[in-house]
Parts: sequence; C-alpha cells; structure tokens
Amino acid sequence: MTRTGQTRSRPLSPHLQVYKPQITSVLSITHRITGVALVAGALLLTYWISSAGYGPEYFERAQAVMSSWFGQLLLYGFTFSLFFHLANGIRHLAWDAGWGFELPTLRLTGWLVVLVAVAGTAVTFVVSYGMRAT
Amino acid sequence: MMTSSSSLGQVRGLGSTKSGVTHWWAQRVTAVALVPLSFWFLISAISLVGADYGSFRDWISLHGNLTLTTAFALVLFYHAQLGMQVVIEDYIHAEGVKFALLLVMKFVCGLCALSIILATLRVAFTG
Repeated sequence: MTRTGQTRSRPLSPHLQVYKPQITSVLSITHRITGVALVAGALLLTYWISSAGYGPEYFERAQAVMSSWFGQLLLYGFTFSLFFHLANGIRHLAWDAGWGFELPTLRLTGWLVVLVAVAGTAVTFVVSYGMRAT
Repeated sequence: MMTSSSSLGQVRGLGSTKSGVTHWWAQRVTAVALVPLSFWFLISAISLVGADYGSFRDWISLHGNLTLTTAFALVLFYHAQLGMQVVIEDYIHAEGVKFALLLVMKFVCGLCALSIILATLRVAFTG
C-alpha cells in the first residue's frame, strides 16, 4: 500500500466564506486593503513632490493632474483610506496595550472607526473645496 | 530589546520568531510616529491645494516643513515596506517570486523616500 497524504481527500477546515461578515472581520480586511491602497497613494505623493524637483512647469503639471476629476477621485479615495487606516491603527495600538477586547467595546470602536473615516473624508472635501474657491 | 524565545530555545537556535518581534515592534513605533505626522501632512496638503510652484517653494523653505516632510517620507515608507512585506509573505507562496517581489518592493520604497527628500531639499535650497 503506497498511499500518500496528498492524493486522499481529507476534510477541510471551514473557509472564510462560510462565516457571516461581521464588523470585526470586515474592518480587519479593510485595514489591510486600505494599507495597500495607501502605498499606491504614497507613490502618487512621490510623483507630486518629485515633480517640484524638476522645476515649475513639471510641478504645475502635477498640480493640474491632481485637480482633474480623476486626480480628485484618487485623492478622496486615498483620504478615506488614510482616515480609516489611521483610526483603525489607533484601535490596533489600544489592543496592543491590552485595552478594548470585550465584544461590545470591539463593536463600538469598530463603528467609531467607520464614522471617523467617513466624517474625516467629508470634512477634508469641504475644506479643500473652500481652498480651491478662494 | 528582549528576546521572546526561551533560554533552551536560544541555546539550540530554535524558535520560529527569528526577527519577527523586531518587525512587529518597528511597525508599532512607526505607527505611533505616523499618527501626528499624518495629521500634519493632511493639513499641509490641503493648504497646498491649487498652489503654484512659488507657493510650494515658500512652504517647503520653512525649516519646520522641510524637517517634517523628511520625517514623514522616511517613516511612511519604512512603515509601508513593513506592511507590504507581511502582505507579500501572506499571499505569495512561490519562494522565488516572493523573494524577488520583496526585494523590488523594498528598493521601490527606498527610492521613493529618497526622491521625496532630495526633491524637497533641491527646491528649498536652490529654489
């Protein structure tokens, strides 16, 4: 009998999709997604600042790219990601200090993160729209 | 920094963490630094909406702005490469591809930080 472990079908542990999405699990994966998105944002930041190193015409072209509708769409996506990752990051630091593991606290701080991310993005939109108007 | 492996584990060179604690701790230290730096950056970026080159040069020529931009670039990309390392290690299982991606990702993060710092120095010092 030469039967290897790989060829036999073994029972698998439950995968992610059998679980109902909850605020805790959804925020956990969103933290990672926003983290990767912010790396893309950091590349855009590099383009923006570096363009100034090439001189005025390059910087002003970068400024035009940023204020185009596509640039604005990207920037508000990154703003949301920044507020989310920042707020949830603070939540992570609180856990590292041993605070906030009780389920009601977890859910409360989770929804607080969502609120901060949405409100922060909205405030940024209003303030920078005011900046453009002046 | 304290090691997390037992004395016997240290003597035998065992234990799975290797440099894991250092990575974890560095991620936390950079995260704490990024809390105030991100707020400062966001406010600065909003103040530079629609700015022309001259206004940007005046802004970056202020010593505090130059210092904080340099700190932000360094800490941001250090934190970014720590996080991206975990993501790559979690999802890429082919050893060769993983190694190559990790190298390229770390080089790109290093170059981006350098590019930001050198561009700001150039504008601040030479106009």
